[in-house]
Parts: sequence; structure tokens; C-alpha cells
Amino acid sequence: MINQVDLMAVVEKHRNNGVVVPTMTGSRGWNAVSNNKDRDIPLGGAMGKASSFALGVALAQPDLKVFVFDGDGSLLMNLGTLVTVAEKAPKNFYHFVLENGVYAVTGGQPIPGVDKLSFAGMAKEAGYAAAYEFDDLEDFASRADEVLEAEGPVFICFKTTPEIQNEPIGLRPASGVKPTRVAIKDLMADLGV
Amino acid sequence: MAQQALLSPEAVIEEFNKNGVTHVVYLPDSETNWMYQLMQADHTLDLIPVSREGESIAIAAGLIAGGKKPVVLIQNTGMLESGDSIRGIAKDCQMPVVMLVGYRGWTRHGPTPDSAARYTEPTLRAWEVPYYLIEHDEDASRITAAFDDAARSSGPVAVLVGDEYHGFNR
Ligand SMILES: Cc1ncc(C[n+]2csc(CCOP(=O)(O)OP(=O)(O)O)c2C)c(N)n1
Ligand SMILES: [Mg+2]
Repeated sequence: MINQVDLMAVVEKHRNNGVVVPTMTGSRGWNAVSNNKDRDIPLGGAMGKASSFALGVALAQPDLKVFVFDGDGSLLMNLGTLVTVAEKAPKNFYHFVLENGVYAVTGGQPIPGVDKLSFAGMAKEAGYAAAYEFDDLEDFASRADEVLEAEGPVFICFKTTPEIQNEPIGLRPASGVKPTRVAIKDLMADLGV
Repeated sequence: MAQQALLSPEAVIEEFNKNGVTHVVYLPDSETNWMYQLMQADHTLDLIPVSREGESIAIAAGLIAGGKKPVVLIQNTGMLESGDSIRGIAKDCQMPVVMLVGYRGWTRHGPTPDSAARYTEPTLRAWEVPYYLIEHDEDASRITAAFDDAARSSGPVAVLVGDEYHGFNR
């Protein structure tokens, strides 16, 4: 099992000037490690659609790498995205799913199919250029150069420890994550578009 | 009275070109096949087929964030499916997403038996999405009005394609 913030610290070293689209508990984790917040688009406003938004950015900016930190429950809500992405096959698209087995934001209820399905298997069969699964951070870190330099669309399933949120919404500490609307404006200004 | 010209796919694509559209994010309906062939032949338009319509709103928003000018082309059935994306991305993130929506079941005469048609306009009003109706070539300039409206209001705008029997076909 992988700690998601430790994982994100490894990815941050490889992002260069790439755009990063995290969602759900991943947004908070990414916010803790990101060194280039003008190129981060935390997107939770429409559950499941982070990868779709990221696909649009990747197609608009083919010279920039785009990294998505999807949730497993989120990806289940939009499985067709795997086929849509594979059809357009952007070479600059890196799709990560944090498979923690649960809906962590809503209290840790298990996702359907946990322990039966294979996200990497689905991505591979949908037609991604490459699909991997890691449950050990060292394994990933030792191959990160190779995997994150490979031509996309690349899919990586990370088996992560859930960071379950159980407090009532009003009592949760502020995440410090930018509203998506503001993040998009900052990205557009940074890209000069 | 002479029959009015129907809405031709050429008039729609001319509007796309006039507005600098770069990408068409779409899921076909039975009325758009001829339009599809014409779009494929137009090399200024990059086509993005989706598996389910909700994706189209998010993809279009991502394209806008990356500096492109997309248009979404879906049926009203698919628009109804896209509600959470229209709300949570196009509306809440103030993205000027223009959607051309095939108005399945639309009719000017007699009853409207198709619930897809009956739900379309009340739903758009509930979602606070402005919309324009186009039926004939003379209405095509309303596509430009929709792009202007989306830019001015920083939000989604729908163009309902209410061409009763004929759709985008010849
Ligand atoms: C369409 C929709 N259904 C349900 C919810 C409620 N909801 C908010 S977060 C969440 C769980 C997200 O799970 P996952 O994608 O696995 O991310 P994690 O919380 O595990 O990081 C749910 C179900 C929602 N926001 N939108
Ligand atoms: Mg989860």
C-alpha cells in the first residue's frame, strides 16, 4: 500500500511544467506537494470528470504533459472515459488512479467491485498505450523515469491507503485547495491563452 | 406560401468556422449523420467522439482552459444526462461552453408526445442556461449569438436544433 502524498512527491519531481489535475482526497494531497500551483487544476465539482477535463487540456496543449490523479470511485462513475481517451490517444496524457478501495471523502464506504476488478486491465483493454499497477512506492520510484517518459496515453493504478474523512463537512479543516474556477484562470494566464 | 429553407449542415458549419471553432466534441444522433460527414471533410475541425455526453462538457472546458474554441454537439437526451457537468463545471467554473443540442421530439404542431422534448426547455431554465432555437438557415446566425452570449456571460449556452423532420440531413 502506498501513501498518496509520498507518491505525489515522486510525481512532482517529474512533472516539470506539466499540468496536474487531481480530484477528491487527491486534491488535498497534491496541494501539499505541488511546486507550481499555477498549473494545478483541482477538480471535484463534477465527480468522475477530472480525466475528461484533463483530456481537453492535453488535446489543446500537445507539447505539455498532463497528469490526472483520479479517484477509484470517480473513475467508476465515468468508465467510458478510458475509451474516449484511448480513441484520441494523446501522447502527453498520464492517467493515475488512486485505488484506495473506498469513497474516502464520504466516510470510507467500499466501491463496488473492489478486489474483483482491475483498473489497469480495463485501461489496457480500452486501448491505452501502456497500463501499470503499483502497490509499492519503491517499485514505482525506481521505474518512474521510464514510466513517465513513455509515450501516452499511460495509465497507472496505485494501490493507496485511504485517507478517510469522517468529520461533518462543516467541521473539516479548510483544505487550502483553490476553487477550480480560480485555478483555470491562473492556468490560462500562465499559458498566455 | 413558399416553403422556408430548412437548416442545412453547411450553414451550421459556416457558423462554426466564422466563430473560429477548433474542436467538435460530439455524440451522434439520428439527425446529424450528414453533418458528421461534412465535419470530417473540414480539416479545420478536430472531432472528439465521446462515450457518454457528460464527458463532452468537461472535455470542452479543458479545451477552453488550454486556449481552444470547442463546440459540443449532442442530443437533448444526452444533455439531460450531462446535468452535473453543466452545473459543476460549465456553470460553477464560468466556462463559456456552447452546446448544439438536437431537439428530439420537438414539434410546432399538435401535442409533443416525446418526454425528451417536453423536458428540454424547462430543464435548461431550471439550470439557468440560456438557449436559442434554430430551425432554418435564416436562424443560423443565432449560433454566433450563442458564442457571444457565452463569452459575455462566462457560462454555458445551448442552441436547440429544432428541425422537426429533417435534422441536419438534406
Ligand atoms: C455524482 C455524485 N455522486 C456522489 C457524490 C458524493 N461524493 C463526493 S466525494 C465521493 C467519493 C469520492 O470517491 P473517490 O473518487 O474514490 O475518491 P476518494 O474519496 O477515495 O479520494 C462521493 C461519492 C458526488 N459528489 N457526485
Ligand atoms: Mg477512493
